[in-house]
Amino acid sequence: MTAGTLPAQPAEGHEPIPTHATGMPTPMVGMLLFIASEVMFFGGLFATYFNARASVGPDNWHPPSGTELDLPLAAVLTAILVASSFTMQFGVWAIRRGDTGKLKLWTAITLGLGILFLSGQLYDYSELGFGISDGVFGTVFYTLTGFHGAHVFGGAVGLTILLARATRGQFSAHNHVAVEAVSIYWHFVDVVWIAVFSTIYLLG
Amino acid sequence: MVRSELAVPGLQLVDQDTFNQAFTMHGTIMLFLFIIPTLSGFANYIVPLQLGAPDMAFPRINALSFWLLPLGGLLIFSGYLFGGAAAEGWTSYAPLTAKEHSPGVGTDLWIIGLTLVGTASILGAVNFITTIFKMRAPGMTLFRMPIFVWTVLVTAVLILLATPVLTAGLIALFIDRNYGGSFFDPSVGGNPILWQHIFWFFGHPEVYIVILPAMGVVSEVLPVFSRKPLFGYKAFVFATIAIGLLSWTVWAHHMFTTGAVFLPFFSFMTALIAIPTGIKMFNWLGTLYRGKITLTTAMLFALGFIAMFLIGGISGVMLASPPIDFHVQDTYFVVAHLHYVFFGGAVFGVFAATYYWFPKMTGRMLNEPLGKVHFWMHFIGFNLAFFPMHQLGLSGMPRRISDYSPDSGWMYLNIVSTVGAFLIAASIIPFLINVISSLINGEPAGDDPWEGNTLEWATTSPPPPYNFDKLPPIHSERPLFFLTHGHGHAAEHPDDLEEHPVDDAEHREGLV
Repeated sequence: MTAGTLPAQPAEGHEPIPTHATGMPTPMVGMLLFIASEVMFFGGLFATYFNARASVGPDNWHPPSGTELDLPLAAVLTAILVASSFTMQFGVWAIRRGDTGKLKLWTAITLGLGILFLSGQLYDYSELGFGISDGVFGTVFYTLTGFHGAHVFGGAVGLTILLARATRGQFSAHNHVAVEAVSIYWHFVDVVWIAVFSTIYLLG
Repeated sequence: MVRSELAVPGLQLVDQDTFNQAFTMHGTIMLFLFIIPTLSGFANYIVPLQLGAPDMAFPRINALSFWLLPLGGLLIFSGYLFGGAAAEGWTSYAPLTAKEHSPGVGTDLWIIGLTLVGTASILGAVNFITTIFKMRAPGMTLFRMPIFVWTVLVTAVLILLATPVLTAGLIALFIDRNYGGSFFDPSVGGNPILWQHIFWFFGHPEVYIVILPAMGVVSEVLPVFSRKPLFGYKAFVFATIAIGLLSWTVWAHHMFTTGAVFLPFFSFMTALIAIPTGIKMFNWLGTLYRGKITLTTAMLFALGFIAMFLIGGISGVMLASPPIDFHVQDTYFVVAHLHYVFFGGAVFGVFAATYYWFPKMTGRMLNEPLGKVHFWMHFIGFNLAFFPMHQLGLSGMPRRISDYSPDSGWMYLNIVSTVGAFLIAASIIPFLINVISSLINGEPAGDDPWEGNTLEWATTSPPPPYNFDKLPPIHSERPLFFLTHGHGHAAEHPDDLEEHPVDDAEHREGLV
């Protein structure tokens, strides 16, 4: 909706056409609703995981024989992603004070941590020794972690756009809804990873 | 085409595989590419108008979701070009969809196309909910919103939360088919029943996604042509929310015969959903009661909706009972039920909406006599086509067959049903003539041809790109009515004000 689509002058005696400046900004409402649908998407994937685990039986639930999951590496990746949520939030607090320089710094660090996470995950895939077609464990493992990775990638694209826009000075203390929206998405992706990690690596 | 093949025993027109492709495409097209897009199209146009808003909250996302739809549709159709379209029925149960049983690329195209259509729906849902919460005109509180907006809101929440689950299932199916996955392959620990759970966890809310906006249309049309407010506005709103909530608890009633679901719970919840639906029946009948009824074509379709939906609802409660369901699972009784709900319900709603809002969208009236011809052909054809299916189902005719034995005794009713299907198809001719000729030289509609209640009738027909030059004050769910027939009352409960003006003295007496 651009300003040009609004009527210029409401008729006499009528209230002006609404802009609803109060409450949560419209893009944030949209982002939160989108995240709600993503929660259901991952809910569906987790359902497939637990269904497979139940039909195999928890005692037989492990990677194909001769291979095992790399728990230490996964723990390090978890720490990296959780840390990136904090650095993201430092960036949000910076721009709320109007500090574009700090925003750029923290966004760049967050982006770096995200890329580090993705590289670590790809390395993990190359070392595991089983594939997506090696039984139902491989199928659900790669589907869950892979779709999470795709969401990290999506978040990284968002961070890159933020960085570019911040460099052009498009954000201020009062005008930075895109930063808020990307940050909430990044936190969501982080929380999903905590659930994936707990389910696959800790619950076993 | 499906009906022609079944008219008499024997395979006359098409072979088995073509028939399977035909009913798969019929189900997919009708549900995903006809009913849902048509109703969301109306919603897209009407919701901002009814809220007094200039446009949807995210116009560019709106355009994206619009263009994803034909792309997804074309992918689904393109299966015909590459060795045959998907042919496993619109429900595509595993293991029928496994690579070794359905090797064709048509099924993969169906999966990708449906994922895109689903994404379009999700983006649309985000847009609708945001619009409804953020773009309402001053004075348009939640409980002054038109009923149609309420039904769209609940529908959008269902789409938002149900469709991603289908997407997850479709992706799992795609991985199984193309990357050697084994989600649904029991030989290595997968579970084919899982697909049914995922599909119907989406699929049953989907039924309400289809029907709720149609209920909303009917609840707009009935009050206008009865010259009364909707009877029990708040009860209707809460019934709509209740249907939305209950729809999450009934999916496994499609799976009674798998033996893998807890029958008492799902049977009870399914029967429970009849209560809010029954409340709506009361709302509608109460609205009609002692109203000044005008039988326009829109009104006829709304009344047709109520009658047909009642039949579909009753056969639905019958199916909720496991003993009956065990007997008729996958027979024509189910086909009859779902057509009474989808066709008798949603499609009648679509036509009611078309006849009701056409003047607003084009500035010209549709021809009423032609509209009535359309309605009666449609109504009679519909009942001829689908009522005999109840009997066919009870006598054991299974769904999705292309042929049956001559001595089964099903031929007579099948002929009736096929004649009905052709009558429905023929009824589209007067409708198309009507639309085209009315577009060219229909009677000019003016701003408010029906003396409507809601804000869309306050602007010009068709509305300007920004929708409103000015908005009337909004003190009730019928701002337009109070603009033209205004009373001094606060009008939170404007029941029958025009017919039974409240005697002030009496009213005061009643209060003390």
